[in-house]
Amino acid sequence: MADKPMLPELMKAHGVSRRGFLKYCASLTSLMALSPAMMPRVAHALENAPRPSVIWLSFQECTGCTESITRSHAPTIEDLIFNAVSLDYHHTLQAASGHQAEAAREKAMKDNWGKYVLVVDGSIPIKNEGFSCIAGISNLQMLKDTAAGAAAIVSVGTCAAFGGIPHANPNPTGAVAVSEIIKDKPIINVPGCPPIPVVMTGVLAHFLTFGVPELDELGRPKAFYGETIHDRCYRRPFYDKGMFAEGFDDEGAREGWCLYKLGCKGPTTKSVCATLKWNNGTSFPIEAGHPCLGCTEPDFWDNGGFYKPLSVPAGDYRKLGLAAVGAGAVAGAAGAVLARAGKAKAAAAHENVDAHDLEKKS
Amino acid sequence: MNNPNFDLLMWARGPGFDIALIIFAAGIVLRIVEIIVLGRKKDLAPAKGNGVAQGIKTIFSRSIPRKGLVHYAPITYIGGYIFHLGFFIAFFFFGAHIVFLDELLGFSQWWPEAISFQWPAFGRVIIESAVALAVLAMIALMYTRLTDPVRRALSTFDDYLVWVLSILPMVTGYIAVNKLFGDPVFMLALHILSVELLMIAFPFTKLMHAFTFVMARYYNGSIQGRKGAES
Ligand code: SF4
Repeated sequence: MADKPMLPELMKAHGVSRRGFLKYCASLTSLMALSPAMMPRVAHALENAPRPSVIWLSFQECTGCTESITRSHAPTIEDLIFNAVSLDYHHTLQAASGHQAEAAREKAMKDNWGKYVLVVDGSIPIKNEGFSCIAGISNLQMLKDTAAGAAAIVSVGTCAAFGGIPHANPNPTGAVAVSEIIKDKPIINVPGCPPIPVVMTGVLAHFLTFGVPELDELGRPKAFYGETIHDRCYRRPFYDKGMFAEGFDDEGAREGWCLYKLGCKGPTTKSVCATLKWNNGTSFPIEAGHPCLGCTEPDFWDNGGFYKPLSVPAGDYRKLGLAAVGAGAVAGAAGAVLARAGKAKAAAAHENVDAHDLEKKS
Repeated sequence: MNNPNFDLLMWARGPGFDIALIIFAAGIVLRIVEIIVLGRKKDLAPAKGNGVAQGIKTIFSRSIPRKGLVHYAPITYIGGYIFHLGFFIAFFFFGAHIVFLDELLGFSQWWPEAISFQWPAFGRVIIESAVALAVLAMIALMYTRLTDPVRRALSTFDDYLVWVLSILPMVTGYIAVNKLFGDPVFMLALHILSVELLMIAFPFTKLMHAFTFVMARYYNGSIQGRKGAES
C-alpha cells in the first residue's frame, strides 16, 4: 500500500483546494449526522486515513449499484475518496478477467489480511451453489473465502443487504443476503435499488474515518436510514391537506399532489432520497412523478404491489368476501328456518290450560 | 433478511385481513338474514295509521334526542354524538381510508368512467381534530359508565370490550400517522390489526347496531304508526 498516494497528494493532483476539501468535510460531517464540532476530526481523519484495500464482489445483481456509484459526478471529492481507497478487485471496473483477476483478488487478500474492506453487491444463491459462479468459483465459496480476512463488510444494494430481487417470490435460486451467511464480521447494510451514490461514498468515508457507523436493527447506518421518505417529502403538504393524484395523468398528477393513492411507499420506507436526491441533487422518483417503490426495505418486491396503496389489503380477498357473504346468507336463513320450526313445534305442543286445571295440578 | 415489522404489516394486509373480512361479512349477513327470515307475526288488526311512513320517519327521528333528555344525561348524549361524528369523519374522509373503501367495494372498478369517483379527502386538521374529540368523548363516556352506579350495574362485558375495540383503531391510527412513537411500519400494522379485531367482534357484539339500527327503528316506528301513535 505504501506506493499508493495519500488523499492530500491526490487532491493536489486533481486540483482540489484545501478550502474545497474542508467544505466537503463539513458537508460530510452533516451527512453523517455528526455534530459540526466533529468537522476538524473528520478532516484530520480523512487526510491521515490509511487507505484500506477494497475488494468488491458482485454476485446475483444487475450492476445497477456499480452504475450508481460510478455516476457520483466526477471529479467530486466523493470520487477522490472512492479513488483514494485502493480498489483492488472489482470485476466490472477492472481490465483483467478470469484467472488473472482472481489472482489479483488473492494477492490483495494476502497482502492485507484482516484489514481490507469487502464490498458486496448482489445476493448469493444457496439452493444450488453452481447457479452463479465467477471463474469457476461459486458465489458462496468466494464470499466465505474473502470474508474470512475482511475487517468489515459493506453490503451495497438491497440484494446484498436483504436478498433483493433474486430473493423475490418464488426465489428460484434460493438467494440470500450476505448477513445470512457471514455471522462473525461487522456488516454495514446500504440498501437501495440502487443506493444513492453519496450514501455509498458517505458510508465508506465514515468507515475510513470513524469505523462502523451506528446501525439500525436492519444493519443500516442510522444517518442515512433514520427517517422515512414521507417525513421529508416535498409533497407532504398535499398529503396533509388530503389532496391526492388519482392517476398518472390527472389534474392532481399535473399539480404535483401526493402519490399515496397511486401506491407510494414513502410512509414505510427509510431513505434519504427526498433530501439528498439523485443525479447530483437533481430529483428523486417522487419528484419525477412516480410513487416510491420502497426499495430500501427488505422484500420490497413482494410487499403487496407497487401501485397498491399501503392502506389497501394485499391478498385476493374479494372472492373470499363474496363467499363469506353467500355462506352467511345460507347460514342465517337456515338458522331462522330452524327457529321457526322450533316455534311451530312449540305451538303444536301447546296445551290450553285454565284456572281449574292449574288448581287441580297444584 | 426480514423486517419483522414489515412482515407483520404484510400479514395484517394479507391473511389477517382475509380472516377478518370473512368473519365480518359472513357474520353480518348471517345475522341480518336471520332477523329478516324470522319475520314478524302478521298483525291482523285493521291499521289505524300509516305504518310505513311512521317507520321511515322513525329511522331519522330517533337520531334526535327527546326533549329534556339532554339535560338528564348530557355526557351520554353529547359524548355519543361527538364520538359517532368523529369516527365517521375519520373513517370516511381520511385519504388512505377512501382508497381502502374504494378498493374494497370497487367503485372505480365497476364504474370505470368515474375513475375519480372517490369522494374528496379531508385535510389533516379536520381528521385529527375529529379523532381527538372522538377519543375524548369516549373517555368521558367511560367515566360516566363507571361512576354512575345504575349505568355501571347495567354494563356488561360486551360494553367494555366494544369500548376498547372502538378506541384502539383511533389511538393507533393517530400514533401511526403522527409517528408519535414506535416504528412507523409497526404502528401501521397495529392500526390495521386493531381494525381487524373490531371487524371480527362486529357481528357478535352490540356493534351490530351500525347495521341493524335502520331495521330496528323502522320496526318500532311502524308498529306505533299502524296503531296510529306517534313514535
Ligand atoms: S408522495 Fe409519498 S412520500 Fe410523498 S407525501 Fe405522498 S405518500 Fe408521502
